[in-house]
Formats: sequence, C-alpha cells, structure tokens
Amino acid sequence: MVQIHRRTFLQGVGVTAAVGVLGAPSLALGAAKKVVIVGGGTGGATAAQYLRRYDPTIEVTLIDTSKEYYTCYFSNLVIAGLRDLKSIRQTHEGLSKRGVKIVHDMVTAIDGGAKQVVTASGQKFPFDRCIVAPGIDLVYGAVEGYTAELEEKIPHAWKAGSQTDLLAKQIKEMKPGGVVVMIAPPNPYRCPPGPYERACMIAHYLKQNKPGSKVVIIDPKDKFSKQGLFTAAWKKHYDGIVEWLGSDKVGTKFAIDPTTLTVKTQAGEIKADVLNVIPPQRAGKVAQASNLVDDKGWCPVNPATFESTLVPGVHVIGDAAIAGAMPKSGYAANSQGKVCAMAVALLLNGKQPVQPAYTNTCYSFITPDQAVSVAAIYELKEGKIVEKVGGLTPADASDEVLRREGQYAESWYRNIVVDCFG
Amino acid sequence: MKWKIATSGAVLAAALAAAPFAQAVEISYAEVMAHTCAGCHGPNGSSVGPAAPTIAGINPELFIEAMRDYRDGFRAGTIMPRIAKGYSDEEYKLMAEFFAKQPFKRYDQPHDAKLVERGKRLHDRYCEKCHENGGKASAEAGVLAGQWLPYLQYQMEDYLAGKREYKEKNMKNKLTEMLEKEGQEGLKAVLNFYASQK
Ligand SMILES: Cc1cc2nc3c(=O)[nH]c(=O)nc-3n(C[C@H](O)[C@H](O)[C@H](O)COP(=O)(O)OP(=O)(O)OC[C@H]3O[C@@H](n4cnc5c(N)ncnc54)[C@H](O)[C@@H]3O)c2cc1C
Ligand code: HEC
Ligand code: HEC
Repeated sequence: MVQIHRRTFLQGVGVTAAVGVLGAPSLALGAAKKVVIVGGGTGGATAAQYLRRYDPTIEVTLIDTSKEYYTCYFSNLVIAGLRDLKSIRQTHEGLSKRGVKIVHDMVTAIDGGAKQVVTASGQKFPFDRCIVAPGIDLVYGAVEGYTAELEEKIPHAWKAGSQTDLLAKQIKEMKPGGVVVMIAPPNPYRCPPGPYERACMIAHYLKQNKPGSKVVIIDPKDKFSKQGLFTAAWKKHYDGIVEWLGSDKVGTKFAIDPTTLTVKTQAGEIKADVLNVIPPQRAGKVAQASNLVDDKGWCPVNPATFESTLVPGVHVIGDAAIAGAMPKSGYAANSQGKVCAMAVALLLNGKQPVQPAYTNTCYSFITPDQAVSVAAIYELKEGKIVEKVGGLTPADASDEVLRREGQYAESWYRNIVVDCFG
Repeated sequence: MKWKIATSGAVLAAALAAAPFAQAVEISYAEVMAHTCAGCHGPNGSSVGPAAPTIAGINPELFIEAMRDYRDGFRAGTIMPRIAKGYSDEEYKLMAEFFAKQPFKRYDQPHDAKLVERGKRLHDRYCEKCHENGGKASAEAGVLAGQWLPYLQYQMEDYLAGKREYKEKNMKNKLTEMLEKEGQEGLKAVLNFYASQK
C-alpha cells in the first residue's frame, strides 16, 4: 500500500501548490504535463483511465469525433437480433468523472514537431506526449466497385453503430431462402475471428427465422482464426447453412456489381440477396495524414512504450499499431493502452518504463449461449512482442463447457467496458 | 528478474528535459501484470459480473495454489488453465501480493431471495467453521459472500465431479453431509445466501 499512500500524498501537494497557499515554488512552477489522446475507443479510453490513475497530476485530454461509441465486440449479436444496439453503446462520461477532459471534434493533424494536435474546428491542443488510437480505415476500392458512398446500401458493419443496424435490418427483411454473401478481408485486419463469428450469428438467425437461406463467405485467405472450432460449429449447428469458400477456390481479387448485388470471383459469379463487404484495412486516416504509417499503412512502434518509431513523442496503440504477435482486438487494444499509459506516466516523470505485460483473449459466440475462446500471454523479447503461451478452447470441449464460456463471455463484455470507459 | 528497456538514451534525456520537476510516481511490474487480468476479472480484480469471479482480496496462498493447479492440470477451468501457463512462480507471487491488498467489491446480483434464510442456517452449520464471517473472511478459505453465483455453481459442480481437488478433506465431509441431509436444494440455498451478501 506504500505506493498508494505516497501517490495520495503527492496529489495533495499538487493541489495546495496550485492554489498557492503553501510555498512550494518548484511544484507551482512546473506546469501540469499534458497528454492528448486522439481517439476515445477501446485503446484510447483505456489509456486515459490508466494515465489518470498512474499519475493524477497529468492533464489528460481525450478527443473523439463522436459522443457515442458502439463497441464492435458483441455487435455480431446485434446483427443476429439477440441484443439491441443500445446495449453496446458506451460514452465518455465515466472518463470525464475521472478528470479526463473530453473534446468532441475531429482531429485533422498530429504535429510531432510543434507538439500539438489540430482539429477540424481549428482548435489546437499542445502536448508533452500524444497517444493515438484511431482504429482502422477501410480501403474500399480494394474490392472493385465498392465505395464509401455504397456503404449505405452495402454495409461493411466493421465499425459498429448505424452500420450494424443496417445489416441486421437487411437480413431481417431478406426473402426466405435468400443468400447472404460476406466478403472477408485479407490479413492483417481488425478482429481475426470476427467474420466467422458473424457467420455463426447470421446462420443462427436464418435457421430460426428463414429456413432455406444461406450464408456464403468469400475469403481471400486459405485459412483463418479458430478455423477448426468454427468449422466444427458450422457442421454441428448450421450444416448446409454456412458455406466457406477460400482463396484456393475464389482467388484473392473480387469485384462487385452494386446494382445487382453480384460478386465476381475467379470461380465465377454469385448473386447475393444481402451483401456484406468487409474491405481490407489500414491504420485510421489521421495516422495516415500525420506520417505515422509505414508503406503498408500501419504504424510501427517501440513495443515497450508504443512510441512511434517515425514521430518521437507520439505513441500509437490499438488496431492502428504494429504490435508484433498481438492481433488487432479489443482486449489487445485495452492491454496496450495500459502498457502505454505506464510508459508515458513514467517517461513524463523522468523515469524508465518498467517491464511491460500484454495479454489478448477473445470470445466468439457460435450459438446464442455457447462461445469459444482464444487466450495468449505475450512478452517483450529482443525488441519484439512474442507469444509466450496461448491456446484455444479444446476441440473436444463439451456443450456444458461451451455454455460456461458463453456465460464468461457475457461477463468479459461487462468487465472490459468498465475497465475501458469507467 | 532482469529486464532492460529498449528506449534509447536520447528518448530518456528528452523525457527528463520535459519533466524538470519529476515526482515520485511509482509503478511496479506486479501492478502492470495484474492489470492485464482486469478485462475479465474487473478493475483491480473486482468483477462486475455476472459470472467471472472477483479475485480481489484473495488469500495469497490460495491464489498461488489456484494458479499452480490450473497450470499443472489439477483444477478444471474454461480459460484459466491456458492463462496460468503464461507466468512463473515468482510472477504468481507478485500478483498474489497485489490482489490480496485490493478490496473485494460486492455488487447486487440476481438471486433467489426466498432461499437466503435457509442458506444462512445451512452455511452456519456446515461451512462457517472455515468460511468465517458469513463467507466474507479470506483468512482460511475462499471468499464466498458476494462472489458471482454462476462461478460458485460451477465450482461446486467441479468439486462434486472430481474436477477440482478439495484442499481440506473436511470440506468434502461437510459438503457430503449437507448434501445427504439437505439435498441439492440445500446447496442451492447456501449459494444463494452468498449471492445475497453485500
Ligand atoms: C464484428 C467485430 C467483432 C469484434 N469482436 C471482438 C471481440 O469479441 N473481442 C475483442 O477483443 N475485440 C473484438 N473486436 C475488435 C475490436 O473492436 C477492435 O480491435 C478495437 O475496437 C480496437 O480499438 P482501437 O482503440 O484501436 O479502435 P476503436 O475502438 O475503433 O476506436 C477508435 C476511435 O477513434 C476515433 N477516431 C478515429 N479517427 C479520429 C479522428 N481523426 N479524430 C477524433 N477521433 C477519431 C473513433 O471515433 C473511435 O472512437 C471486434 C471487431 C469487430 C468489427
Ligand atoms: C479471458 C478471461 C480471463 C482472464 C484474462 C483472466 N481470467 Fe482468471 N478466471 C477467468 C475465469 C472464467 C475463471 C473461472 C475458471 C475458468 O473457467 O477458467 C477464472 C478464475 C480465476 C481464479 C480462481 C479464483 C478463485 O477464487 O479460486 C484466479 C486466481 C484467477 N482467475 C486469476 C487470474 C489472473 C491472475 C489473471 C491475469 C494474469 C487472470 N485470472 C486472467 C477468466 C479470466
Ligand atoms: C474444513 C474447512 C472447510 C469447510 C468446512 C468448507 N470449506 Fe469450502 N473451502 C475451504 C478451503 C480451504 C477452500 C479453498 C481451497 C480449495 O479447497 O480449493 C474452499 C473453497 C471453497 C469454494 C471455492 C471458492 C473459490 O473461490 O473458488 C467453495 C464454493 C466452497 N469452498 C464452498 C463451501 C461450502 C458451500 C461449504 C459448506 C457446505 C464449505 N465450503 C465448507 C475450506 C472449507
């Protein structure tokens, strides 16, 4: 408890010095250190919370375009009609209560040289260090014929919110016996098991409500996350409903005709009644605009601190960052947010970061009450994040175990959003 | 444990320049490691439920035993056997110390209020000897009062199915005795009593 006492003590000193009651000139002179966080999703919100707790004297400003954040995790349950959109809505109010300054505006540039962040409305925010967590940008045109404008008709639903509702609505209104076609993305992308969990959830909905309908996955990959577990679940629960077509059949380049909802592949054409295009991805736009990305569109970082190797003083976490063996997941973004907050708090206090620790876990629902999981612990080795141990739900897990995992998945959702958003 | 950071001297020098009035902020590796568990066990180990257990306030010896048992296959679990393999005995010890210091936060949870009174009586007769103070104490055995009900149910299923070792033979005796006299309904009542505790 020593640490906590010491911190509370220092907090008290800071407050008195600020109001100038006590003669503590050195403290009063030292203007509060400023951290600006760009993006208040899973990674950014976590970093904000943990910075405040590691060093409450740091002034933390979090900027996000949007007042509402819909978690992508559990959005596949919304698509299946098992939850409503409201249940995956988070806000920044909890962070605000913890003393984080919240600004709703779009960041247009992060200037590492001038150490300031500029927003669309023209505001400027100076920083000592900046943490960038903008998530992903979708490379629409990589699926020929798909454009940003088309997302109102052909949803990607890879950023949760109105897109999630749109896909749910289209599936609900589809004619019985119809075909839902999903184009899966190439690696690396946000949430490796996400498309296949989505296929399970859509298949569940179709099985219950629209007999004779199908989900076809057009995949530019020849293998995918949790493949054995998903394939077994499709066979067991959705035989004849889910069909997966990998790159050996359909190739890696696809084109769509948005008027007829037809997908062209090397194996021929397939006509969809509902089309879900999940395009290739890269780091969020603002990272592209601020020279934080490499030639593949992702942000290289020092994995001990998540400081950009391209722009000193600016850290990148979450989906946008290249984090070695860690996948682009919510749990990973949360874990990275904490490591980054630790490093930033110590660096701003003139200290070396301590040894980091990283974890990822990800639950995927295969039926409304059964889930499978992946878990991995990572370590920093020779400047890289490598997997120390990891593994999946065993292939022979009983229904009872899968139901427990379903319960624990619900529990995971509630705990992680509290850990991120307060 | 030896560990060297990969930040360059220049970076640190810049950091020092930016922070002329450095304060004594301290962060331990134990804390950093323990925070990786929060996504499932809640901030500082107090789970907001509805299923994953709170590990805040846990007796450090029981914590270490639990981690070892998961790692070595003596205790069933859906995901902990995989996670426990990621840490050394020394790291278990560091985390045990961290979690033991955290307060066990209790949240309202769904339970059958009609069973609570009977559950309390049965607890007093069969379980209180080790799970003291109505299951709130952590000195001797696991904290049960305010623990999440699905987790408690799964643990009892695992003990009874031989998938979790009893560390105390007397717990097995008392539990068997209670089940003989009061049946599964009796056990359900005891667990609902724990779930009702705040
Ligand atoms: C269908 C689906 C299911 C998933 N399921 C899981 C799961 O079960 N478990 C799991 O761990 N992960 C899951 N994920 C992955 C998870 O959602 C992401 O990995 C996680 O959200 C990444 O966090 P982030 O902070 O990097 O980005 P985000 O959470 O996307 O946050 C980015 C934030 O930055 C803001 N922003 C962007 N640009 C700007 C700008 N210029 N100015 C201001 N603000 C800006 C955005 O508004 C947004 O709030 C799933 C993803 C999908 C699509
Ligand atoms: C993915 C979610 C998840 C993560 C991450 C996780 N746990 Fe667990 N933990 C569980 C679940 C679920 C259980 C119940 C047993 C099971 O099914 O595996 C549990 C049980 C436990 C128990 C047993 C509690 C008791 O009262 O006996 C301990 C101790 C524990 N976890 C410690 C940890 C530690 C330490 C970490 C971080 C290093 C951690 N857990 C990370 C999900 C998680
Ligand atoms: C003789 C002492 C003793 C008695 C009596 C006893 N227990 Fe326990 N109990 C323990 C100990 C020690 C542990 C923790 C170590 C272990 O066995 O896994 C424990 C663990 C538990 C756990 C798991 C807690 C966790 O966090 O995973 C449950 C549930 C439990 N006991 C329920 C009961 C119930 C219900 C009774 C009464 C019917 C009871 N116990 C009686 C000693 C006892």
